[in-house]
Amino acid sequence: MADTTRDLQINGNTMSEIVLMGINHKTAPVELREALSFTREEVIFTLEELKRNDAIDEVLLVSTCNRTELLLVPALDHAPAEAKEFLSAYKKIPLSRFNEALYTYRGDEAVKHLFRVTSSLDSMIVGEPQILGQVKEAYRTATTCNASSVILNRLLHKSFSIAKKVRRETGIGDNAVSISYAAIELASKIFTRMETKKVMLLGAGEMAEIAVEHLISHGVRKIAVANRTFKNAVLLAEKFNGEAVSFEEREDCIERVDIIISSTGALDHVITAEKVKKAMRARKNRPLFFIDIAVPRDIDPAINKIANCYLYDIDDLQEVVNDNLHERKKEALKGERLVEEAVIKFHQWLEDLKVVPTIVAIKDKIDAIIEGETEKTLASLHSLSKEESDAIRRMNRAITSKIMHDPILFLKNSGEHRKDSFYISAARHLFNLDNNNE
Amino acid sequence: MTGTTISNFFFILAGMAYLAGMAGYIAYLFQQREKMHKTAFLMICAGALLHLATLCMESVHMGTLPVHNLHQNLSIAAFALATVFILLRIRFNLKILGIVIAPLIVLVMTAALVVPKSLPAHAPALKGFWLVSHVLLIFAGEAALAIACGAGILYLLQERAIKSKKRGFFYKRLPSLDLLDSTSYSCIVTGFTLLTFGLITGLVYAKSVWGTFWSWDPKEIWSAVTWLIYAALLHGRLTSGWRGRRSAVFTIIGFAVLLFTFLGVNLFIGGHHQGFTN
Repeated sequence: MADTTRDLQINGNTMSEIVLMGINHKTAPVELREALSFTREEVIFTLEELKRNDAIDEVLLVSTCNRTELLLVPALDHAPAEAKEFLSAYKKIPLSRFNEALYTYRGDEAVKHLFRVTSSLDSMIVGEPQILGQVKEAYRTATTCNASSVILNRLLHKSFSIAKKVRRETGIGDNAVSISYAAIELASKIFTRMETKKVMLLGAGEMAEIAVEHLISHGVRKIAVANRTFKNAVLLAEKFNGEAVSFEEREDCIERVDIIISSTGALDHVITAEKVKKAMRARKNRPLFFIDIAVPRDIDPAINKIANCYLYDIDDLQEVVNDNLHERKKEALKGERLVEEAVIKFHQWLEDLKVVPTIVAIKDKIDAIIEGETEKTLASLHSLSKEESDAIRRMNRAITSKIMHDPILFLKNSGEHRKDSFYISAARHLFNLDNNNE
Repeated sequence: MTGTTISNFFFILAGMAYLAGMAGYIAYLFQQREKMHKTAFLMICAGALLHLATLCMESVHMGTLPVHNLHQNLSIAAFALATVFILLRIRFNLKILGIVIAPLIVLVMTAALVVPKSLPAHAPALKGFWLVSHVLLIFAGEAALAIACGAGILYLLQERAIKSKKRGFFYKRLPSLDLLDSTSYSCIVTGFTLLTFGLITGLVYAKSVWGTFWSWDPKEIWSAVTWLIYAALLHGRLTSGWRGRRSAVFTIIGFAVLLFTFLGVNLFIGGHHQGFTN
């Protein structure tokens, strides 16, 4: 068994070390994702347990509502199997229930998958920004548990920088992909300074309220709320720090507001084109933006034909969202390219990582032999002065470094097409670096 | 090398800088990289400086403002356009306006390059405070109104994109309707003010030369028509809120009439300012 361990560390493609296992929204239904999701406390417990396992060097666990990903740097071959067993036992789910949904990536594939996840290329809504924060949080937990070390530290930092690069250099996060956000994006193409604009909310509803919240975060300060039940209007107005208006007054308010968000349960239009025409004259044609989230529609579609009035209903907004999603998918292709590049770079780093410790180990071993033998000999030569002994020590050190010079150079200068891991492995065997304790 | 060849050389250099600026703005339209519009703007600035050098040399050479033939007039028009654009760009930070204005500058420069540069045998002495003021004010005003027209065109594109719910290529790239409308409005106010003073100084000059303020010359009549159109637009905006689409359409019509007054009257009708299109 010990030999297999060493072979794993030394031979072949060193990238095969990193293993990523997980389930996500593409492979597992929500029930299974729920069953395999972890709270922060559970994550900490899992990390502690897996770290204690001899087969595992480093470990990190990401758990969100759309995915659970377990990242391992194994010390032994059977690490993934052990981790799987642990998950099954800890979550009390038979392996057979989730084995099919579970994907396992190794080496470059694992690195690539992690980069795609943090860059939000693997997300249900491509480009959604939360995932980066979630992975960062998972990494923070892993570091506080001392579950991550050289390789995962580097890997995670690289995944954060590639995520930022993808966001910066492609448009995956550019366009709104939710109804309420699409409405805000449209508003910003009509108005310049949101701080001076006034919003009226008709009715209530989650989407409408989120839209109002978005508007507030974009600088809108004045909110009016109208509702058939005045009490509800007062409550909502309080929530948004705005004013409550009685439902009958709604059409008189058109003159004073700039954005109207409607989401009532009315079966007929609650705002008519005639009233709007009149109001437009009074407001000297300053633009008006109507957002109709209600089904059936609240706002007379004819209003879109009035000059300086813009009306978007829920279908229009859905279309904006669909277009934007399509756009994001196109941008994601650019992101994939950036990820591929980053994977190659990381691969190279892992390879380099292996050269340096090998050289250090060889040097240490030779130095130890030379020093040991020199001191043993010098101890028996009583006639030598201190200067003479030092000269012999210097000479021996010079011999070591001259003999070592070419082999070290050879190991360091990896050629373009050379399989470094092969030579490093040979060097380790040559100097018996991995069996010297036995 | 004579003074004229040097100034011609600078003129060509300025033209090339404008061309580079236009290329930069077009690249920016498609690629949306910050660096592109910054470079493009610097190119327009460089072009304007080189152009200024040309105009100074010509002024020194002729001892008067170089507005004696169509080449020189177009050249000054392009320069005025570039200068007013630079000032507006600094004031409003409306990057995308360059996409309309830079090609316009290049167009006018090309026209200036193509038309013959014949000078009238004895050029009338275009000197004196009133005349120089008249020429400078009119050119600056026309440039501001050209930019208003550009902003109006962009407004119509963006308004169509939003109203038709098709969005598309320009929707993403253009700023808000509000910003386009207010930029256009500011340009009209500036342009109209300059035009008004330009016309007044022109009238004073006419009085000093021909002894009468107004002689029903075609150029005078068309200038008055242009002025009235913009006056009506401003009036409508202030009293009954003509804004948005209507204002944009009006701005474009106004500029078409202004172009006719600037070039068409001389080419097709005649009258005062005959040196203008020699």
